[in-house]
Amino acid sequence: MPALEVPMRDLTNEILELIRRTSSSLPPDVEKRLRESIEKEEPGSAARGALETILKNIDLSRANSTPICQDTGTPIFQVHYPVGWSTIQLKAQIRAAMAEATKRSYMRPNAVDAIYDKNTGNNLGGDDFPYIHFEETESDELTIELMLKGGGCENVGRQYSLPENSLGAGRDLAGVRKVVLDAVQKAQGQGCAPGVLGVSIGGDRGSSYIKSKEVLFSEMGTRNEDPKLAELEERLTKESNEMGIGPMGFGGKTTVLDTKIVGLSRLPASYFVSVSYMCWAYRRRKLTVKDDEVIYD
Amino acid sequence: MKQITTPVSDEAIRDLKVGDTVAISGMMVTGRDAAHKWMIDTFIKKTRQPQGDDLQVYEELKKLLKGSIIYHCGPVVTGLDTKDYKFIAAGPTTSIREEPYQADVMKHFNVKGVIGKGGMGAKTLKGCQETPGVYFHAIGGAASFLAQTVTKVHGVFKMEFGVPEAMWLIEVKEFPVVVTMDSHGGSQHAVIDDASKKVLDELLEKPY
Repeated sequence: MPALEVPMRDLTNEILELIRRTSSSLPPDVEKRLRESIEKEEPGSAARGALETILKNIDLSRANSTPICQDTGTPIFQVHYPVGWSTIQLKAQIRAAMAEATKRSYMRPNAVDAIYDKNTGNNLGGDDFPYIHFEETESDELTIELMLKGGGCENVGRQYSLPENSLGAGRDLAGVRKVVLDAVQKAQGQGCAPGVLGVSIGGDRGSSYIKSKEVLFSEMGTRNEDPKLAELEERLTKESNEMGIGPMGFGGKTTVLDTKIVGLSRLPASYFVSVSYMCWAYRRRKLTVKDDEVIYD
Repeated sequence: MKQITTPVSDEAIRDLKVGDTVAISGMMVTGRDAAHKWMIDTFIKKTRQPQGDDLQVYEELKKLLKGSIIYHCGPVVTGLDTKDYKFIAAGPTTSIREEPYQADVMKHFNVKGVIGKGGMGAKTLKGCQETPGVYFHAIGGAASFLAQTVTKVHGVFKMEFGVPEAMWLIEVKEFPVVVTMDSHGGSQHAVIDDASKKVLDELLEKPY
C-alpha cells in the first residue's frame, strides 16, 4: 500500500498548537535562568533594564499568543516516531501546520528564495524549510520537538578547523575552549545575549553544525555524561561571563546562560568545532502522542 | 529618561550621549537589508535603473525620512488581507548588516537616528558625526513589548520585498531605547569590544 494511503492520525492541529506555544511561550527553565540573572546586574544599569524588558516581553507574549521575537526563525523539527508511522504523512502535516501558523501570525513569513529574493509568504521553502529530522524509535510514543532559531543568533555561529594557529588552539579540549571563547567574544551582543552555546566537537562540517543545534534541545543545566565535558561546559559559561559583554552587549555579568557540548566521531584528518549560539529567546517546545492522548510540555 | 519626538532637530541629537535612555515618539520608517540595498543602488550610487513605483516612493521617502528615524525591523503584521495593518511583534534586527550602506543613507536623506540592535561600525559612527545622527539600541527579541508602542501603521512601501523587508510607515509612542553611538564619536560597542578582547587574551593565556 502506498504510504499516503496508510491510515494514520492527522496531527495538523496539534502541530499548529505546538508552533503557537513555541513562538509565544518561552520554556520555564529558560525563563527561570533569565529571572535569576537579573539579580546579578547592577540596579539602574542598561544590562538590568534589558533583562527587565525581556521578562516583561515574555509575560506579554504568553498572555497574548504573540511571537516572543518577530524573527520567528528557522523552524527546526525533531520527530521521533514509533514503527509504523509514515514520515511522508507527518511531513505533509508539519508543512500544513506551518502554513496555517503563518496565516495566524504565530510565525512571520520567513522563507526567502536565496536566488530570486522572493519571500514565499507561508514559511514553506524547498524541501529543507522547515527543517525536519525524523528518527524511528522503539518507543510507542511519538514526540515532535520544535525549536525556533532566529537569524541574528544564527549569524554569529562559528565553525573552526583545529589547529587554529591565530588563537594557539590545538587539537584537544584546551584548543576547543579557546575557540569557543573566541566565538563568544566575536558575537558580542549581536546574537541577542544572554545566549546559550551549543558546541559540537568532531564530525564533518555538516554533521558538526547539525549536532551543535540538536544539543540545544536538552534542558538548561543538563550536563554531558562525560565528566571532562561537563566540567568544560561549566567552565565555558563562567569564563564567557568574565568577558563583560552582558545582555544585548551593553556590558554586564550575564553573557552566556549555559553551555552544552556534544562529542562526535571525526576523521583522522579533521577536527571541527562548531558553535551554535542561541539567543535568550530560546524557543523550544515538545509534543508527545501516546495512544489517544496528546501532551504538550 | 529623555523624550524625543520626530522630526528631531540637530540640537536635540547633539544633546544625546552614549548611555542615555530615551523614549521616542512620532513617525518613523522601517528598513532593513533589501530596503538599504535598494536605496543605495537606485538613488545614491545609481547602479540600478528605477523600476515600477521606485521614483514615486523615493519622493515620499525624502519627505518622510528628513529629520526622522529608520528602524531596523522586520515585523509580524496582522491585517494583510484587509490592509488594516497592525504590528504584533516588532523588535529590532541586527544592524551590522547595514554597515556598508547606513552612513550614506543617513546623509542622503538627512536621517537623524537609526534604531536597531547589536550596534554598528566605524563607518556609521563617522556618519553619525557628520549628519549628525545617533544610533539607538532597542532590546533585541522584545517583540511583543515593543509592538505595543506602535500606535498606528500608516502604510507600507515596497511590499514586493516581503513583509519583513518592506518599508513600513509607523507611528510610535514612547518607544524605549538606549543611545549606544552618539554624534560626538562615542560608541559603547567599541568600548565593550575592546574591553572583552583584553579579557579574552588573558583567558587564552591561562593553562587548561
